[in-house]
Amino acid sequence: MKLAYASATALAVALSTSAVSAEGKVTFEYWYGLSGQLGDAVQQTCDRFNASQDQYEIVCIGQDGYANAVQNSIAAFRAGQHPTVVQAYDAGTADLMMSGEFYPVHQMMSDFGIDIDWDDYFPGIANYYASSKGELFSMPFNSSTPMLYWNKAHYAAAGLEEPPATWEEFEERLKALKAAGQECAYAYAPATWIDLEQFSMAHGVPVASNNNGYDGLDSEYVYNTTIHVKHMENIKRWLDEDLLEIRTNQGGLNARDSFSQGECSHYFGSIASHQTVTNLVDGAFEWDVTMIPVYEGTERQNTVVGGASLWVLSGKSDEEYRGAAQYLKFLATPESERIWSTNTGYIPVTKTGVNELVEAGFYEEAPFKGREVALESLTYTEPGPLTRGIRLGGFIQARSEWSNEVQAALQGEKTIQEALDTAVERSNAILSKFARTYRGKELP
Amino acid sequence: MRRAYFKNNWIAALVVAPQLLIIFVFFYWPSSQALYWAFTLEQPWGGGNEWVGFENFAFLLADDRYWQSVRISVIYALATTALAMCMALILALFADRQLRGYKSFRIGLIWPYAVAAPAIGLAFRFIFNPSAGVASYLNYAFPDIWNPVMNGSHAMTMVVIAGAWKQVSYSFIFFLAGLQAIPRSLTEAAAMEGARHLRRMRDSQLPLLTPTFFVLLVINITDSFTDSFGIVDTMTSGGPARATNLMVYKIYEDGFRGLDYSGAAAQSIILMLLVIALTFVQFRYIERRVHYT
Repeated sequence: MKLAYASATALAVALSTSAVSAEGKVTFEYWYGLSGQLGDAVQQTCDRFNASQDQYEIVCIGQDGYANAVQNSIAAFRAGQHPTVVQAYDAGTADLMMSGEFYPVHQMMSDFGIDIDWDDYFPGIANYYASSKGELFSMPFNSSTPMLYWNKAHYAAAGLEEPPATWEEFEERLKALKAAGQECAYAYAPATWIDLEQFSMAHGVPVASNNNGYDGLDSEYVYNTTIHVKHMENIKRWLDEDLLEIRTNQGGLNARDSFSQGECSHYFGSIASHQTVTNLVDGAFEWDVTMIPVYEGTERQNTVVGGASLWVLSGKSDEEYRGAAQYLKFLATPESERIWSTNTGYIPVTKTGVNELVEAGFYEEAPFKGREVALESLTYTEPGPLTRGIRLGGFIQARSEWSNEVQAALQGEKTIQEALDTAVERSNAILSKFARTYRGKELP
Repeated sequence: MRRAYFKNNWIAALVVAPQLLIIFVFFYWPSSQALYWAFTLEQPWGGGNEWVGFENFAFLLADDRYWQSVRISVIYALATTALAMCMALILALFADRQLRGYKSFRIGLIWPYAVAAPAIGLAFRFIFNPSAGVASYLNYAFPDIWNPVMNGSHAMTMVVIAGAWKQVSYSFIFFLAGLQAIPRSLTEAAAMEGARHLRRMRDSQLPLLTPTFFVLLVINITDSFTDSFGIVDTMTSGGPARATNLMVYKIYEDGFRGLDYSGAAAQSIILMLLVIALTFVQFRYIERRVHYT
């Protein structure tokens, strides 16, 4: 009997074009990209939402990766079988905006009379997903920013105390650690998100013209002319001087795991991994996080959000939209934010959410201590034209151009300058192709 | 000459229809879509497209990275085919000699064909891992001699070996069948004339295997061009620095990850033409030199 009921529900879900399940609830789908422990945390939000009310039923389906979530949604959209809500990663923002096939959340919330204090969202987070008028297109959800993870035990063994605030200090730390006999001082994996995007934000230098693409589709990359070049040259030099080791998934042990196993003293990664690192280290040694360094003589700026936001796709019924709006509202409550931030390393996206956590003393004790540094990094300055975010089409491909060229340079096939020049030239071709594809349209 | 045929063509059509339908849905329909997209600039979310003629192709053919991908795909195809077929032939010759326990060898050698490409990729990634895998002993003895993470040719070697390993079983089955189809009397006659094992292999078995050899050559090369995705994806993701960015993987990268549907469509059309051309050349020119008994 129970089985028959379960299969009937499953059937109803499968045929949810009518969007009303057997119990008379309005059913809608949500596809998310997070996987593993983080994916389970997403599933929990869905279960809690379903348990919290009896009008709507959200069906959450993991797609095993951000890229898959977007790809599958596109394929489904073209076949008219798409979910109502999809989790799309930061780098895909421009592509989604240009598609126009979404229901702006700002609009949706006001259409359904749901009152949300949009000013409560951190500007460093909201700007990334907002229109040129400052209205949010998608709902900020899992938000992170990069951090420097450092091993306190290794520092103590080398007679060091404070983590570095500048890259110059960082280099000194690496040398001191090496001199103290530390085999791997810095686990490095080339990552545009940190080495290029967040680095440029923190230094207040552009990645691309037109204020990183916000002001028009005819943008061009310029990172081969900024301090980014010097930084990558330093990375290459550190590699040659054996101050850093390359640790990637392809090599078997990635940077995060190299750090968590106590092999390497530093690694740069998202604050989202804070919980995972806590679990992996499991008290084996003392460690902490700090803001990513800047070069001496630069005025530090805010970093921007990474992670993903929730998009509501077009072509659904009002009932489904109403359900989606309720779900998004549910996610935005301080309680949901607290549960989400506890189960993952992601930071709350609203000021109220943070204040509640601070007042409850959340950040004062391990294992959550240190996560407030991510907020500090995100809110270090008010976001300016160059530190709002990045809005460039085909950005996934551009990231891959950068990675491939940097890999070639690290192998010694070419100099860093040559590599970055080539990457910029090729990425510009991608941008102009993107602009061609959307000819006659403008960034909303 | 008498021929059997259906008097009623409708029955024939009905019998063939399911097969045709499957081919249409899974081959002709997607191919025609790809062909159409290759000549347009397609917006990923389907908001419209613009006819651009041969622009996508011109863009690709002027791109040295594309040619690099073609070049390494050819290298990969030739290397895996050569390696896989040599291994398969040697193994088949031994299995055919009915040495002790040959039946269990035969089954064991067919198994790898049932293993999915990503699983093979993961297994070989561990074996060739420079710091943690079996190959790390090599690095231990000779520091820095093996590093597929940083060195492109090492990565390529690794992918070729994994790809070849996957193909060995398939070729093995065909070679073994081919060898067993050779009449025993022929081998026995040769043996009575005083020809030893190697001599018999060289002078009677191998020449009689040439038709099998040719068929396998075509299948292996075609397969290497189109079926390398799973291995590349799990082992190297096309890196380092595009050293293993084979044509199929590049199509996936550009199309599905990069959302450049038109560019990817143009690439698949070129890949399809390349495979058709290869097969044509092989059947048209090489087949003529193969003796069928």
